[in-house]
Amino acid sequence: MKLMQPADGSGVGPRTPGVAAGRLDAEALARNFDDIAPPLSDHEALVAADRCYFCYDAPCITACPTAIDIPLFIREIATGAPEAAARTIFDANILGGMCARVCPTETLCEQACVREAAEGRPVEIGRLQRYATDILMAQGEHPFSRAGATGRRVAVVGAGPAGLACAHRLAMLGHDVVIYEAKPKGGGLNEYGIAAYKTPDGFAQAELDWLLGIGGIEIRHGQALGRAVTLEGLRAEHDAVFLGMGLGGVKALGLGDLEGVRPAVEFIAELRQAEELAALPIGRRVVVVGGGMTAIDAAVQSKLLGADEVTIVYRRGRDRMAASGHEQEHALGAGVRIVSGAVPVALHGEDRLQAVECAYTRDGSAGLEVTGERFTLPADQLFVAIGQSLAGVPDGLAVEGGKIQVGAGGRTGLEGVWAGGDCTPGGEDLTVTAVAQGRDAAMDINAALTGAGAARAAE
Amino acid sequence: MADLRCDFVGIKSPNPFWLASAPPTDKEYNVRRAFEAGWGGVVWKTLGTDPPIVNVNGPRYGAVWGADRRLLGLNNIELITDRPLDVNLREIKAVKRDYPDRAMVVSLMVPCEEEAWRAILGMVEETGADGVELNFGCPHGMSERGMGSAVGQVPEYIEMVARWCKAHTRMPVIVKLTPNITDIRYPARAAHRGGADAVSLINTVSSITGVDLDSFSPEPSIDGKGSHGGYCGPAVKPIALNMVAEIARDPETRGLPISGIGGVTTWRDAAEFIALGAGSVQVCTAAMTYGFKVVQEMIAGLEQWMDAKGHANLDAIRGRAVPNVTDWQYLNLNYVTKARIDQDVCIKCGRCYAVCEDTSHQAIAMKPGRVFEVIDAECVACNLCVNVCPVENCITMERLEAGALDERTGQVVRPEYANWTTHPNNPMARAAE
Repeated sequence: MKLMQPADGSGVGPRTPGVAAGRLDAEALARNFDDIAPPLSDHEALVAADRCYFCYDAPCITACPTAIDIPLFIREIATGAPEAAARTIFDANILGGMCARVCPTETLCEQACVREAAEGRPVEIGRLQRYATDILMAQGEHPFSRAGATGRRVAVVGAGPAGLACAHRLAMLGHDVVIYEAKPKGGGLNEYGIAAYKTPDGFAQAELDWLLGIGGIEIRHGQALGRAVTLEGLRAEHDAVFLGMGLGGVKALGLGDLEGVRPAVEFIAELRQAEELAALPIGRRVVVVGGGMTAIDAAVQSKLLGADEVTIVYRRGRDRMAASGHEQEHALGAGVRIVSGAVPVALHGEDRLQAVECAYTRDGSAGLEVTGERFTLPADQLFVAIGQSLAGVPDGLAVEGGKIQVGAGGRTGLEGVWAGGDCTPGGEDLTVTAVAQGRDAAMDINAALTGAGAARAAE
Repeated sequence: MADLRCDFVGIKSPNPFWLASAPPTDKEYNVRRAFEAGWGGVVWKTLGTDPPIVNVNGPRYGAVWGADRRLLGLNNIELITDRPLDVNLREIKAVKRDYPDRAMVVSLMVPCEEEAWRAILGMVEETGADGVELNFGCPHGMSERGMGSAVGQVPEYIEMVARWCKAHTRMPVIVKLTPNITDIRYPARAAHRGGADAVSLINTVSSITGVDLDSFSPEPSIDGKGSHGGYCGPAVKPIALNMVAEIARDPETRGLPISGIGGVTTWRDAAEFIALGAGSVQVCTAAMTYGFKVVQEMIAGLEQWMDAKGHANLDAIRGRAVPNVTDWQYLNLNYVTKARIDQDVCIKCGRCYAVCEDTSHQAIAMKPGRVFEVIDAECVACNLCVNVCPVENCITMERLEAGALDERTGQVVRPEYANWTTHPNNPMARAAE
């Protein structure tokens, strides 16, 4: 358990009323936001690697959205060749470094590990992946080189995991890529989302720089689709377009607008970009609505900033939360309270939020029903994490269930336009899924541009 | 409680666990610590003639490791004692005086001259030691000077020196054998002919533990060069067990007492050596890996097993496995087994499938849901799947009863014993009477 000490001197601490900065001193904050899973030492890695059984047609590979050859890379670690292990990882997943940090491995590869079935303790695949990728990335040289120039230009919208994976693979295949990014920094949710303690020390930007080491990728910032650039314009100027802009909108609670109520993603982004955590104001009492990773990340980080009471309110039972059991345990261990089977029904306060009134729910014949049983949580801040939504979809793209519809290889209904990542269906909005979709779209774009496969037949 | 007392060619010890002649038994200080820890006896590190030899001043040991840096094999290029003869003799006498109930055997290696052996035997007798062990085994250093394995590799020399020793001492004479030969029975027979009271084996196996891939020097490296050393530890145990068994079942040496050496690491290893005919066991690498305290586990474990099985003393287990060691040609060809996979404990790693499919007989099917099943019509019962399965007792070999159909051969399993000597495919087969 991380320590949380009241800041001395200022008189501000976790129990200071209202919303206040500097509830904890700099030392406590540094400790709280330090690397949550410190890297394995060489010997730890060898011991952990030795536990892998090198399964035939390994279930962990099947469970990995990017299908990393996990038994092979672990054997490469076990035999003292972590650089080779890292290449095996990056061959399938160029963001293997970030995925090693943020993947919910307990519901992916490690859940599938036969040792999980055998003894309830899987091979530590995520930590081993971080071990190998850290070593190769620390050597500073980009491990891949580009194929001969094809003379083709591809536009990628969004420098998040899907866009970066797509761009890297295209560059490797010899195409030139321009990434059109709305924000001042690349990385997408790796940079603006995700709890800070999972990716400390500026890893997202370091990984981005390392990835761009392949060459042939230009990132243009401030280029939001629909404002600075249009899909039509991009199509006209490029041989292909990949849309990986994620989900720019947030779903609102619809209970009115009081100061202190804001989207959780906004709070997390602000925290990730904060120069000094002690300057970041946080409520004494914080309520987070939602049941996914964003809710967990917002709640835990509120606690780590020094909030005295943090409560997650989720409408269904805990077993239905999108956040894994492991993540829920992490939140509970950090001192977050999880109230399941309840929804906010009213916000109280004059100008500022003072309390959140909730009602319990039950499963009824027509789905989830709100009961008359109510309770009120005093709250200085309410972070809303009930989902994000697609924003600014260009005309001509089929949207269903709030996502851009794509076929095999990420093809949209528009000629020469592909899409992947959170703006498309499938994959629970995970970083690793976005990487897989971006990479696969790149392969399909390459096939179309170089006349391989079906494209060749069409000519 | 099982009685672990040991009487080996008249040398008595409270248990059969002796420390082998090696670095741990080079000095009074170490041997006293060993006896305090509970070791039944020691074979004092090999004495030679003065002036003492010298050792290298760089690394003496190399190693082979398993998972978690577990030491599996150790290799040494240390020579016999590098301390003056009189110092060793004085210390042997002092220790034996203070621990009269422990076995004190002294290892010897002097030039192949009768006078040299006669002289040193007299000096050892004066210490009150219980016996001597003739070091005809060390594969490095001394052998280049015509001693150690240079003697042990020539049966005639073994016989000659053993005979000299028997002529010049009343102490029991144990001949330590080198495994660096083609057939261990020849040196054992020679020792027996020479009148040796017992043999001890194995000494270390000539080895290079590895090569440094930066400097291209063999390990252990002395200023960029390496020399073969003697390999010991858990890795050599199977080699030692076979050699002990060969001597135990050889008509010419049957009944010749054997002190078993080679990778004894746990009580179980010791029990296996004893079951193959060893009267005592000698340990080195386990002590050099974990310290002298390991003997306490060996004593407790052996006692517990013997109690559980109702074996009252060492005589009750000694040599019990020897009658079951036979030649391949006498193995029962009508013993037919098939691999069986217990689906309840299978963790679906698929290693059995990978090895059977790639390297064996394509006798395991991989079915939907990663269900692995044996195909009886292909299974030759090679046991590889059992050996690679990470779950103990998940895959077992099940015997087909007589009368059952072996789907692989299409033959019904016959009840009688039948071996290669009478098999129709054997050109040398004797006609059935």
